[in-house]
Amino acid sequence: MKIGIPKTLFFYTYLPFWKSFFQELGCEVVISGNTNKEILDLGVRDAVNDACVPIKVYHGHVAYLKDKVDYIFSPRIVSVRRLGTETFCPKFLGLPDMIRFSINGLPPLIDVRIDLKKGVNRLLHVCLEVGNLLDKSRNLILKAYRRANLYQGEFDSLKLKGFMPDEALDILENGMSVDSDIKAEGEVTIGVVGYPYILYDRFINLGLMKKLRAMGVKIITPELIPDEILNQHIKKLPKYLFWHYSHRVIGAALYFMENPKIDGIIHVSAFACGPDSMTGKLIELEAKNRKGVNFMVLTIDENLGEAGIITRIEAFVDMIKYRRNLL
Amino acid sequence: MKISFPIMSTSYIAFKRFIEELGHEPIVPPRPTNRTLTLGVKYAPEFACVPFKILLGTYIEACEMGTELIITSGGVGPCRAGYYGVMHKKILRDMGYNVEILVFEPPQIDLWDFFQKVRYVLKLNRLPFLEFLRAVKRAWLKLGVLDDVEYLSHEIRPYELNKGETTRVFNKCLEMIDEARTSDEIKEAKEESIKLLKAIPQDSSRDPLKVGIIGEIYVVLEPFANFDVQVTLGEMGVYTHRSIWLRTWTLGNTFMRWEENKIRKAAKPYLDQLVGGHGQNSVGETVLYAKKGYDGVIHLAPFTCIPEIVAKSILTRVSKDYDIPVLTLFIDEQTGKAGVVTRLEAFVDLMKEKRRIRSGIRNESVPGY
Repeated sequence: MKIGIPKTLFFYTYLPFWKSFFQELGCEVVISGNTNKEILDLGVRDAVNDACVPIKVYHGHVAYLKDKVDYIFSPRIVSVRRLGTETFCPKFLGLPDMIRFSINGLPPLIDVRIDLKKGVNRLLHVCLEVGNLLDKSRNLILKAYRRANLYQGEFDSLKLKGFMPDEALDILENGMSVDSDIKAEGEVTIGVVGYPYILYDRFINLGLMKKLRAMGVKIITPELIPDEILNQHIKKLPKYLFWHYSHRVIGAALYFMENPKIDGIIHVSAFACGPDSMTGKLIELEAKNRKGVNFMVLTIDENLGEAGIITRIEAFVDMIKYRRNLL
Repeated sequence: MKISFPIMSTSYIAFKRFIEELGHEPIVPPRPTNRTLTLGVKYAPEFACVPFKILLGTYIEACEMGTELIITSGGVGPCRAGYYGVMHKKILRDMGYNVEILVFEPPQIDLWDFFQKVRYVLKLNRLPFLEFLRAVKRAWLKLGVLDDVEYLSHEIRPYELNKGETTRVFNKCLEMIDEARTSDEIKEAKEESIKLLKAIPQDSSRDPLKVGIIGEIYVVLEPFANFDVQVTLGEMGVYTHRSIWLRTWTLGNTFMRWEENKIRKAAKPYLDQLVGGHGQNSVGETVLYAKKGYDGVIHLAPFTCIPEIVAKSILTRVSKDYDIPVLTLFIDEQTGKAGVVTRLEAFVDLMKEKRRIRSGIRNESVPGY
């Protein structure tokens, strides 16, 4: 039995868990792989034209998988913790329905609802639901659940060691050497905030991270910061935001602003992103209220050119260096 | 204290008097104009939805008129509208206006917080609570009358003999309702308005196309945001039915949920999940309109509105399954009236053609020949 997992959106955070879970259940897992031109084009063709790029990319990954697998795992991810009225972006909430009615010839979807704020051990319940759907025994499901948790734990601890999620995945999956030059100190340290599916999708952001590193920049992202620190800063908001990933972004941005080791902040956002219209403005106003915060917004869409991105980050890094020499 | 509030369609008539009865000075910013929108666009985040921008523009205009306090409603997400209050305040403060924004969250979420805020408003000039309740009752009555009268005007407009007469009479009715102060006067104004509207010469032999109007509440309710789509269609001789009315919506989302539940049930086969805003309602209402035999549905949404994008991608299938045409209009500051009217006209032609085919009448004169 082949299970397809689209490697985008929340799977940048939870892929190890689900991959390992399905493998332990004895399924063959087909991952759509990194986004590429073909996938993006498929997505642009199938998705509703008003959607943002990440949603279009998700459509693309699903369309790419549809003839290669027996099931596509596309959960309805509603919440992963209890914090204010936090859920995910409304597009995530309607995601299984969006793809079901937009893409023709789909295999059956595994569209379980993941709503972890509803109580304890909800994830186990979700896993049992998925396992029962695939006709697996209870013992096997429990075992798979435990193993999957361990595997996800390894992944999360790699992130706290300073590896970006995409690098952590490479290390886990392909056994890449752990001591690469990734953690090297840079001349300038920049906090890059944004949603995981934009920051770590090298195709969508046109290799932003690599380009920054080539300029001698050390990068820190929300995923490299422990949750406790993020939560501390989220609590400073006058009112909780409604979206999980936006909370992480704003928490990280506030942390970066207070951390003297961070020279600047880049907010990477998708064109016409709804949550970011609020989150981005909040960061902007906070940055403005504190003196001397270097802040830039980089908006990406499906027509982004490489030259544009390089010019802008070069200018930003130069500005940071120039300002520093003034002091 | 000088108090202002968001402008949404005709509701300002009720809120204005309400604030007056609380013993404060209401600041009524003008109905949204291009200036309002331009101001909003200038200071709002680029990808904020058009209601956010128009409201920000309205608040700026209210601040220019000396407002000290803005009262508005909140929300619990995941629609952005629940965060408007916080963002508007931050932006206005950043612009240098020293205005306070009081956001009333839905009472069923935090009743205590709700009462604290009511107390705050009352304490400003020591208004007795009973007096406050009476004022609420009158404002509530007025909101209902405004809705009822507007509803009737849309019922009559497609049948009017003299184009534009309904709108003229309706404006006169609004003035009457505005002047009414006591409950009796309000009821009287309602009777009088109904009489006036019913006296409009009508051609009852017409069999107008029936269109349901659905979508995000602000662009559905505020004529400036939707280019007066209901009146435009009415004057083209199309009967329109709007799915959202301020008073019923407020009830449906606070205490009486049965209407809402009916809509959600209709949406269930397509979207069994609240996606915030009116996303799920849009899907459910389209199904209900189709079942009631409407000729088409117009789906209004602000550009970048997340719940309505979800709805739109599902509506294509609903439209196919129930064989009902759906026209989605995503509105932002770039949208022009002429463009909208052209699309409406084309949509009306499409519905006429569809009705002709359904009724089996052969077309003698092929258009364009």
